[in-house]
Amino acid sequence: MQARLGDGVIDAVWKIESPKLIAGLVRIVRDVELAEDLAQDALVAALERWPKSGVPSNPGAWLTATAKYRAIDVLRRQALHGRRREEIGREIEARLGTAVEDPDAALDDSIGDDLLGLMFTACHPILSPEARVALTLRLLGGLTTAEIARAFLVPEPTVAQRIVRAKRALAEAGVPFEIPRGPERDARLASVLEVIYLVFNEGYSATAGDDWMRPALCEEALRLGRVLAGLASEEPEVHGLVALMELQASRLRARAGRSGEPILLLDQDRGRWDWILIHRGLAALERVEALDGKSGAYALQAAIAACHARARTAAETDWGGSWACTGGSPGSHPPPSWR
Amino acid sequence: MRFMVMVKANRESESGTLPDEKLLTEMGKFNEELVKAGVLLAAEGLQPSSKGARVRFSGTKRTVIDGPFAETKELIAGFWLFQVKSLEEAIEWVKRSPNPFAGESEIEIRQVFEPEDFGPALTAELQEQEKLLGARMAENAKR
Repeated sequence: MQARLGDGVIDAVWKIESPKLIAGLVRIVRDVELAEDLAQDALVAALERWPKSGVPSNPGAWLTATAKYRAIDVLRRQALHGRRREEIGREIEARLGTAVEDPDAALDDSIGDDLLGLMFTACHPILSPEARVALTLRLLGGLTTAEIARAFLVPEPTVAQRIVRAKRALAEAGVPFEIPRGPERDARLASVLEVIYLVFNEGYSATAGDDWMRPALCEEALRLGRVLAGLASEEPEVHGLVALMELQASRLRARAGRSGEPILLLDQDRGRWDWILIHRGLAALERVEALDGKSGAYALQAAIAACHARARTAAETDWGGSWACTGGSPGSHPPPSWR
Repeated sequence: MRFMVMVKANRESESGTLPDEKLLTEMGKFNEELVKAGVLLAAEGLQPSSKGARVRFSGTKRTVIDGPFAETKELIAGFWLFQVKSLEEAIEWVKRSPNPFAGESEIEIRQVFEPEDFGPALTAELQEQEKLLGARMAENAKR
């Protein structure tokens, strides 16, 4: 039986494609709000078209092409305000670069850098932590405003406001769309990691009666962390955070009893731990060691979590053998959500 | 939610023919895309069934049957384990995969049970078993 095209299909395509699409558009139009609008327009077009025509064989390219034509339109209209005609051509050429001749290549070439740039932008320190979280989930997680609101137990208009203000703040401050380098990079990366870990902890603190969107935040944070680990693979703290989240998430289903009562780590049924995640967490920790990043705050916490993960029973926990317990530098600051 | 995505075997995979360089490159690219999207938890390719065996159960009796096995279409040649939001998302990813073989192939997508799906059927005794299993897996993970 051939599957029918439900809303779920377009949702799924959006989930996969929207971060890349928005990131590519931000690079071209240099404005987060405009980029998101253009991407949304492309989504609306898809919602109108695809139920009749079917999902195109390359839906990402379709969305990109649709958004690009609108981008050119918008840039042209902007340019018409008070500028001479020959300037318009140059303006479009300059802002779109090769995008005019080969939009797919222009959007494809530097997808990794675009995504990383978008993460740094969404997590920019001029924004409040709440705004960074909302913008990140929206732009990089492909979550709707309603989903973010449900996940964080706040009214939808509050989240919508946060996102609108955040985008405006970025535009007003003229935040450049770029991957920070040099001394600034560490601080900016720390902000990205903090946002991801905040999302994770919000999901981790969800309890049995909560809306399913809350625990889903753990998965979302893990996904963002894994994506970041691919984009900034040379950064040990990124792997440290991923290791920490994989190891903590491995215990999600063991930390509450049948009637929802909390079970402390040492009393947990280790058979209910998720061994795939433990394996992944330990592998991420190995990457931290290979990059010589053992003293990072996330790496240290991950190493402590790993002491537990490696032990068959609580009694076998190797408290002293891990570098977390012996090699940790007292100067490294725990992230704020650790307090 | 998690999905086991299985590549069905065919005569080519069962003969032990290795994929050519072009397919390996394409598959590598696809896998990289899955990793970069934070979707891929695990993936393996399987040797032909001639290198495997079956254990058949009948009541308390066990019979070992050596490979190869004839009913090629029921065999799997490899698998991915995806972490995604919906079956639709898993399908969308699979559609992006290169064709694993020249000509006809089939990839099957199955949702993985989570422990909570079993509900009360997972008794304390079974949980105890699972615990021992987990302990042994932890031992393996150390190696």
